[in-house]
Amino acid sequence: MDTALLEEQFEARIAADDRIEPRDFMPEAYRKTLIRQISQHAHSEIVGMLPEGNWITRAPSLRRKVALLAKVQDEAGHGLYLYSACETLGIDRSELLDQLHSGKAKYSSIFNYPTLTWADMGAVGWLVDGAAIMNQVPLCRCSYGPYARAMVRVCKEESFHQRQGFELLLTLSRGTEAQKAMAQDAINRWWWPALMMFGPTDENSPNTARSMRWKIKRFTNDELRQKMVDVCAEQVKALGMTLPDPDIKWNEERGHYDFGAINWDEFYNVIKGNGPCNKERLDARNKAHDEGAWVREAAAAYAAKQAAREAQSAEAA
Amino acid sequence: MQGELYEVFLRSRNGLHHKHAGSLHAADAETALQNARDVYTRRGEGVSIWVVPSKFITANDPNNNDSLFEPADDKVYRHPTFYDIPKEVKNM
Ligand SMILES: [Fe+2]
Ligand SMILES: [Fe+2]
Repeated sequence: MDTALLEEQFEARIAADDRIEPRDFMPEAYRKTLIRQISQHAHSEIVGMLPEGNWITRAPSLRRKVALLAKVQDEAGHGLYLYSACETLGIDRSELLDQLHSGKAKYSSIFNYPTLTWADMGAVGWLVDGAAIMNQVPLCRCSYGPYARAMVRVCKEESFHQRQGFELLLTLSRGTEAQKAMAQDAINRWWWPALMMFGPTDENSPNTARSMRWKIKRFTNDELRQKMVDVCAEQVKALGMTLPDPDIKWNEERGHYDFGAINWDEFYNVIKGNGPCNKERLDARNKAHDEGAWVREAAAAYAAKQAAREAQSAEAA
Repeated sequence: MQGELYEVFLRSRNGLHHKHAGSLHAADAETALQNARDVYTRRGEGVSIWVVPSKFITANDPNNNDSLFEPADDKVYRHPTFYDIPKEVKNM
């Protein structure tokens, strides 16, 4: 069958809300777009463990410590679900990891910011996982089956991440003046980077239209960002705190909150590698991977030895 | 060095079939099982795990679905609704 006809059938399946599975025909651009998006997503889950891992040993109580440990462990799982989904597109995981470790691949710019205080664990859970959830829920209906299924699993687990963060901030907001100030400071630092997580504005996001047509994306960056603002502008009231944006104001006519201008220079600068922690994150990833080499080697040696033994006893029998 | 690719199947509770949950890499089957426990059953998702090297799964080519499944498509007489039974006849 010729490619033009196959592509026509593919587009028709997408239009009919059919799901695409690994062995199905797909246009090369669809495959490439998915590999890029899913692997960036996987890398973000993995690098995303670092800013929070920073606080595990310093959690103020056992309750907070087990929550943070469980959350970080979940993120490792999310990375794995996503690498698996990506591999179904015909790329090897080791290649994806190479791209991450060499600095060629991108991951969410949010993880290039430092976690300076304990309150950051709250702000990250509430705002960063909150933004991730906003992004990920529509991805559960993505046209590519393995990605959508991975997202269902991820979304089920994310809810606790956000709630533990919000609860943490709530506790601080009812604490001493110093604790309140620490919580507000964390919100101030994380708010804008969290809004940037949705990516460039629609007019600067040239691939959005095609991804929407392919039903990889269901909402534009700006639509999701607006949703985030609307939700958080209400939730912050329960904390008795404020969002660091004097322009946030309910707009009756639009039925949405208006909000101030995002510093896109900062966004592009962090993406280019000049964020506060880009180098630190990449170094930490490489170090962990390199220092884990002996474990992988030992596991492979053990497996080879076991296989040889089995072969030998089968021969003897 | 990342080991072999395994497919993971979970039985969520006794009485149900195992269902595909995802995949992972492991050096051997035993490690695959342990990794599957850590990755796919952190919240009581399963009471039984199967891991199968992906290379042992034989799958049909979806591009030939029409001819592969065609023999089943035109046999309406395999369905109960094909047969006319008077309304008065109950419980059938
Ligand atoms: Fe996650
Ligand atoms: Fe999360």
